[in-house]
Amino acid sequence: MAAPCKVCCAAISHRLFSGGRVTLTQRQGFWPAAAAGLQTGARFQILRLKHITVVPTKKNVAASRRETYTLDFIKKQIEDFNIGKRHLANMMGEDPETFTQEDIDRAIVYLFPSGLFEKRARPVMKHPDYIFPKQRAIQWGEDGRPFHFLFYTGKQSYYSLMHEMYGKLLELETRQTQTQLQAQGLALEKKTTKDLIGSRWLIKEELEEMLVEKLSDQDYAQFIRMLERLLTMQHNAGEEDFVQRFRRSVTIQSRQQLIEPVQFDEQGMAFSTGEGKRKSARAKAVVYEHGSGRIKINGTDYMLYFPVRQDREQLMFPFHFLDRLGKHDVTCTVSGSGRSAQAGAIRLATAKALCSFVTEDEVEWMRQAGLLTTDPRVRERKKPGQEGARRKFTWKKR
Amino acid sequence: MLQRMARLIARAHQLNHGRFLHAGTQAPQSIAAHLDDQAPGESARALSRTQECDPASHGERHEGQHYSISLQDMKTVFPHGLPPRYAMQVKTFGEACLMVRKPALELLRYLRNTNCTHPAVRYVLYGEKGTGKTLSLCHAVHFCAKQDWLVLHIPDAHRWVKNCRNLLQSTYNKQRLDQPLEASTWLKNFKTSNERFLSQIKVAEKYVWNKRESTEQGSPLGEVVEQGITRVKSATDAVGVVLKELRRQSALGAFRLLVAVDGVNALWGRTTLKRQDKSPIAPEELALVQHLRKMVKNDWHGGAIVLTLSQTGSLFKPRSAYLPQELLGKEGFDALDPFVPILVSNYNPKEWESCIQYYLENNWLQHEKAHTKEGLQELLFLSNANPEQLERLCAHL
Repeated sequence: MAAPCKVCCAAISHRLFSGGRVTLTQRQGFWPAAAAGLQTGARFQILRLKHITVVPTKKNVAASRRETYTLDFIKKQIEDFNIGKRHLANMMGEDPETFTQEDIDRAIVYLFPSGLFEKRARPVMKHPDYIFPKQRAIQWGEDGRPFHFLFYTGKQSYYSLMHEMYGKLLELETRQTQTQLQAQGLALEKKTTKDLIGSRWLIKEELEEMLVEKLSDQDYAQFIRMLERLLTMQHNAGEEDFVQRFRRSVTIQSRQQLIEPVQFDEQGMAFSTGEGKRKSARAKAVVYEHGSGRIKINGTDYMLYFPVRQDREQLMFPFHFLDRLGKHDVTCTVSGSGRSAQAGAIRLATAKALCSFVTEDEVEWMRQAGLLTTDPRVRERKKPGQEGARRKFTWKKR
Repeated sequence: MLQRMARLIARAHQLNHGRFLHAGTQAPQSIAAHLDDQAPGESARALSRTQECDPASHGERHEGQHYSISLQDMKTVFPHGLPPRYAMQVKTFGEACLMVRKPALELLRYLRNTNCTHPAVRYVLYGEKGTGKTLSLCHAVHFCAKQDWLVLHIPDAHRWVKNCRNLLQSTYNKQRLDQPLEASTWLKNFKTSNERFLSQIKVAEKYVWNKRESTEQGSPLGEVVEQGITRVKSATDAVGVVLKELRRQSALGAFRLLVAVDGVNALWGRTTLKRQDKSPIAPEELALVQHLRKMVKNDWHGGAIVLTLSQTGSLFKPRSAYLPQELLGKEGFDALDPFVPILVSNYNPKEWESCIQYYLENNWLQHEKAHTKEGLQELLFLSNANPEQLERLCAHL
């Protein structure tokens, strides 16, 4: 059980979890007790106790069993969250009414700085809907009869969705044959192409999350095929909306690269600066627009600073990629780490500086070539009980 | 677009995965420049390679062009003088070609105008690592050999202050140490290069080597050299005698003496040699070093002294040091002062073209990109027109 970290403000403490789920505070599960609960409100679709058989608690079983939360529990969590949000806003000196989730995240990062690499292990404060997984409501009434007609298929939401889609498909087909009879040879252009660009179908995991049901790959494939078949027919706005529910927009393909503005120094020469880092090396490069390919690093020539050919090739890469080998002069400073990391840092810095002299397309090409991405690899920490980060001590049989 | 990028990226890495032809050779100033692959054959070829085989006739108009040294000359003039990488290249290409460059031309001009009545002038070739100092020296040596000077060429003074195995206590002077092996090898090479002088020059006094052997006054110098080669124990003393005699007799005017020392900063630096009891040896304690120092002093006349500073073989000196002050130290600088410094720098564009043409003509650059302008630009960037770096790069292509 993940222990919530205690903070002075008690209200907040319930809302903070370090990544783990909070297990139930109450024991669930006797059928008579559930039935008693059911009697109070007959057919609610909201979260309630699901039927679980009593199992003697064994360590492994507790982990694999799905955690279930009562409705009251969730409601209480939501109230606690809201109160905690207001307290947090007060603590940070902001207006509680307009305290958004981004503000909460920033406040938590400020109050609980964490150096953990795994982002999911850091302290987080979110609405319970994001933390507790969605659970299915009780599928049957007090007489034991299921509500949905497709309950006994096992995947009722999926099959009901397919059923609905097929109904729409049939409707469209009849409509299409009617219009074809009326207007022969009138080919209506599909408006689908423009809607499909920039978006993608739901992936299987997202569909499962939407339906709160497990699906197989074949199910998913069938679903997508059905949707595409829908799109091939003439459809009106209603069907369009229906289909758009299952499309997600693709995140921006070309991440906007921050382009440094071109600056001018005292003599009127155009130059641009860039910063780069690799491991623990930090580099700042100044690239002049007109030059003859000289590179000075920390005041020394690059041939002397990097006697190894590999490092010089790293320096050459951005210029060679843009076919601008002898056209720019570079002056840069670099510190930290070793020769290879310094070369990588300078490469990144010069690439970023070159962005200002180059067209947008070429910036995109550079980004795809990996010239503008900071290498996230850093030295892995050595763990106790091991000789290095990964290497274990020599294993001795006895 | 992705394909274009992939090609571009692949090109950026292609220099790494070049094809290996032969073992690399060093050619800071190398063979005849060949033509531009775009320009038509003969006219550009005439621009880069010159037919003048005699350095005496090299002038400003030959700058950047290569001239070839006949193999016969190679054996007599350079038994030991060439840098190892260049020697490998000579063997690979089957011909020895040297590029005529400005520092060498300047030096030749000075040598042509040497006044034998004045004390010997010292010329010091200095420059960054790998710019061609040693081969400029070789050019001067070739010139003087053709002009019938007596050439005293010490290929690398650093070899005398490090990695020496047998050190004997000198018989002549108890504080000094002998290096029999190095001395005898040098004497052998000296003999091959200066055969004709050995019989002409006569020794001015009597030298006693040991109880049984001695050289009479008036006997040819060849005998001293033979003595040194056969009796290895007294080789160092023989070297000293040779140098003394040459110094004395060059003033008489029978011949002109050129002292060419490569890596002269070894004489005033530190050594890595240690005595039996692990105490370090200073260069002053080595007999050969003492002889050379006397030689390099400008108290004799009838010739010239050409010296080269070298960081490559130097001990305990940082890689970026190339100025005379840094490499010689205070002591060396004072000993060599005054001298005429000659700076040797990287290739200028004309020389660069010339060198690339030479490689192309000899089919040394096998990479398909090496023929293109972009490929040459890459080479230029990576080597920064440094002759040694270019040679090492091309060895992989």
